[in-house]
Amino acid sequence: MYVAVKGGEKAIRNAHKLLAKRRRGDTSVPSLTVDQIAEQLALSVARVMCEGSLYDEGLAALAIKQARGDLIEAAFLIRAYRTTLPRFGYSETLDTAKMLIERRISATYKDLPGGQLLGPTFDYSHRLLDFAMAAENEGALDAVESETPLNEGMPRVTDLLSDEGLMEADPLPEASDAVGDLTREPLSFPADRDLRLQNLARGDEGFLLSLAYSSQRGYARTHPFTGEIRYGEVEVEFFAEELGFNVKLGAIKVTECQMVNQFSGSAKSPPKFTRGYGLVFGQVERKAMAMSMVDRALRWEELGEEQTAPVQDTEFVLSHSDNIQATGFVEHLKLPHYVDFQAELDLVRRMRAEWFAARDQQDPYAQTDLETGKEAAE
Amino acid sequence: MTLPVSKSIAPDEGSYNFAYLDEQTKRMIRRAILKGIAIPGYQVPFASREMPMPYGWGTGGVQVTAAILGADDTLKVIDQGSDDTTNAVAIRGFFEKTAGVATTTSTEDASIIQTRHRIPEMALNSNQILVFQVPIPEPLRFLEPRETETRKMHALEEYGLMHVKLYEDIAKNGHIATTYAYPVEVNGRYVMDPSPTPKFDNPKIDNMEALQLYGAGREKRIYAIPPYTKVKSLDFDDYPFEVQSFDKPCGLCNAEGVYLDEVILDDKGGRMFVCSDSDHCEERRANGHLGPMAADPAATLLSGGTQEKGQ
Amino acid sequence: MNTEAINPSAANSAARLAAGFADPVHDAQNCFRKVMQAMARPGTLQTFEPGLTDLPAPLTAMGAAVALTLLDYDTPVWLDPALAKSPDAVSFLRFHTGAPIVDVPVEAAFALVSEPERLTGLGNFPQGTPDYPDQSATLVLMNQTFGKGASLKLKGPGIKDVARFSTSPVPTTFWDQVQANNAQFPRGVDVIFTGEAQIAALPRSTQLTRPEA
Repeated sequence: MYVAVKGGEKAIRNAHKLLAKRRRGDTSVPSLTVDQIAEQLALSVARVMCEGSLYDEGLAALAIKQARGDLIEAAFLIRAYRTTLPRFGYSETLDTAKMLIERRISATYKDLPGGQLLGPTFDYSHRLLDFAMAAENEGALDAVESETPLNEGMPRVTDLLSDEGLMEADPLPEASDAVGDLTREPLSFPADRDLRLQNLARGDEGFLLSLAYSSQRGYARTHPFTGEIRYGEVEVEFFAEELGFNVKLGAIKVTECQMVNQFSGSAKSPPKFTRGYGLVFGQVERKAMAMSMVDRALRWEELGEEQTAPVQDTEFVLSHSDNIQATGFVEHLKLPHYVDFQAELDLVRRMRAEWFAARDQQDPYAQTDLETGKEAAE
Repeated sequence: MTLPVSKSIAPDEGSYNFAYLDEQTKRMIRRAILKGIAIPGYQVPFASREMPMPYGWGTGGVQVTAAILGADDTLKVIDQGSDDTTNAVAIRGFFEKTAGVATTTSTEDASIIQTRHRIPEMALNSNQILVFQVPIPEPLRFLEPRETETRKMHALEEYGLMHVKLYEDIAKNGHIATTYAYPVEVNGRYVMDPSPTPKFDNPKIDNMEALQLYGAGREKRIYAIPPYTKVKSLDFDDYPFEVQSFDKPCGLCNAEGVYLDEVILDDKGGRMFVCSDSDHCEERRANGHLGPMAADPAATLLSGGTQEKGQ
Repeated sequence: MNTEAINPSAANSAARLAAGFADPVHDAQNCFRKVMQAMARPGTLQTFEPGLTDLPAPLTAMGAAVALTLLDYDTPVWLDPALAKSPDAVSFLRFHTGAPIVDVPVEAAFALVSEPERLTGLGNFPQGTPDYPDQSATLVLMNQTFGKGASLKLKGPGIKDVARFSTSPVPTTFWDQVQANNAQFPRGVDVIFTGEAQIAALPRSTQLTRPEA
């Protein structure tokens, strides 16, 4: 029973007990372990790390278990945990050119230095349900020919284009410019690209996917080519003030996507390709691609384009990308609102009474029961 | 060399800072509160943190309360005027757990009152602080969705759009169709959203003795009304601001001039109107005030808080 | 970096570093509530024990308490020349707050003023912008004696009818500056006055009337 008026405390306690029971499900089925989730639902874990904005596979797996598989709820658990962590500073810039590569593809060249490396991908799989997986023991897996990740001679495609002068320079911020951080300063507009990328990296995969899709269908066409998608491990370094040099904190897996888009150029500078950039934790390729397309669309002003579509509207995109915010506000409509509803009830009743009174004045033969506002003919 | 990514989870240390927020976050919020007080009605941006409850469920109010709360405070939390509504219970429990402060349902005994959608009926005093949970702090938001635009409008004190909207309501409906979150002008300068309290409560925020703090977590804004500040509900000479009045007293405690909830008793049109401010109602009944339906079986169910609380 | 976690004796062995709040969480909360009350009720005196001792001159206990309560690495602070000249005071503030110390008033979010009679004009500090009037400075004046000096009448938010306020020392043109500060509302600075066991505040919203000369 939904108790809005009295006995709230008891109702909440009971709801929590019931939730715990439903989360566990049938106790004759073994409980999931966090390691099983981390190992076998790795893409869910990656999404939760992305949107939860914290790289920790174990915690993300735990959050998925606790959230009964609801990934937005899991990301929310991670965000709430993340806020309580002490901050020691900012890491050095990741160098994705030095990535230990597990997958690397380019749609712009048939072959390129370092080659194409398909890696673990659904891309060319037939989407046929594999009923063998329903068995308790899946059986032995086929041996993989070469599983060693590559980290030699894998220049980024955008760097190859840059060498030829065909790609716009990477508009890096000045070293003196502090990089923004929307978790420390509230977002204000206009927002620069550093803040936009941070916002998109934490943003909802579905929202970015739809926005990117809309740009392909003519709502701000940016003509993207997948310059490169690379997935693998990069080292995270931190400059330790007291030691005076960089310390390696560990390695994280990221997916980087660089879209190559149509041209910019002017009387002063020759035509060049333009960039859209996406970088996310884990193998979350769909989101990295969507992010790079949305990033490119949001750059319309700087590239002298016209604003015609929602995907280009910085304030609209950045204000609504965060699913933790979105889900909170949409779901808060479940909270009791009866005080405000009472005020609305009162007004609509008065307005109806006035409406009927006015009509009766015009047409004295119309019969209305003012008490209920119901017309007699009904 | 690469280090293996650890999948091991450290056991929860289980100890959060007093009132959950870390000290740096509290300082940041405290600075925003001081700015809000110095510029009454102006929405101060602050770096709202993710809280362990969803955005939209009072994270702004919770952060403000956490930043001001001290060990000797007595906290009251209400939602819809009642201490026992689900979200009020959840937030009160949060502070009992993380700050260990005393809590109360008595308006009089509280030093800090966090509220959603109501202001207590009893006049608050100068030792009290009223903290509002705010969903959309921008009063102009439904007229102009862009923050870049509304910020300019506040800077230029350009509130014509709001007056046009209210006047269009009158032309269309014969009434201003805003019944809650009714916009006010603070100290003759900023137009402000008093949070979604029914406009019945607007007169209470004018010249209030207690300090009022407003927190919007998802929208990352804090604002304030210092004590004894002139707060005017927007209106027109020919359509002066007026509050809703109820033609019956509270069915339980016979109070008049208070905000009432309509409770549907059956599917045959049976209704009962009872105080939205549950503490006010209980206090009155304890002092012997009885309403026309106090003896009705339905009343026992509605006022059954004592019964539930005893368990 | 999080300075709160570092032990003062280990961090600064050369110069003796005075201790911060004995109970950083609750002492700061208590001080903040007094500052908040002072700001919400302009001109009223809020009394409390700042809980700091043996501070490096010219830092006062009450001034330091307000600094420890409100400053951190996000708040650039300007120190008046007397404070800036004292290496011990500077290292105390640096260590306990982590606030970057700025050389020019216009870059400051806070100003700590140990010799208020020599204070530079209020207009030299950030005043906020019409869009963001909150991006302005808060000044903390130390060594104040309340009830001394010109008797001022205060009106505005936080004040029931009219309040009386006097404090000293302040520069000769200070009250003119405070009036000009209020005239540009919502832009302007806010001022916190600190004495030995009391504090008071004048936010930019307060209108001030001076006695007839």
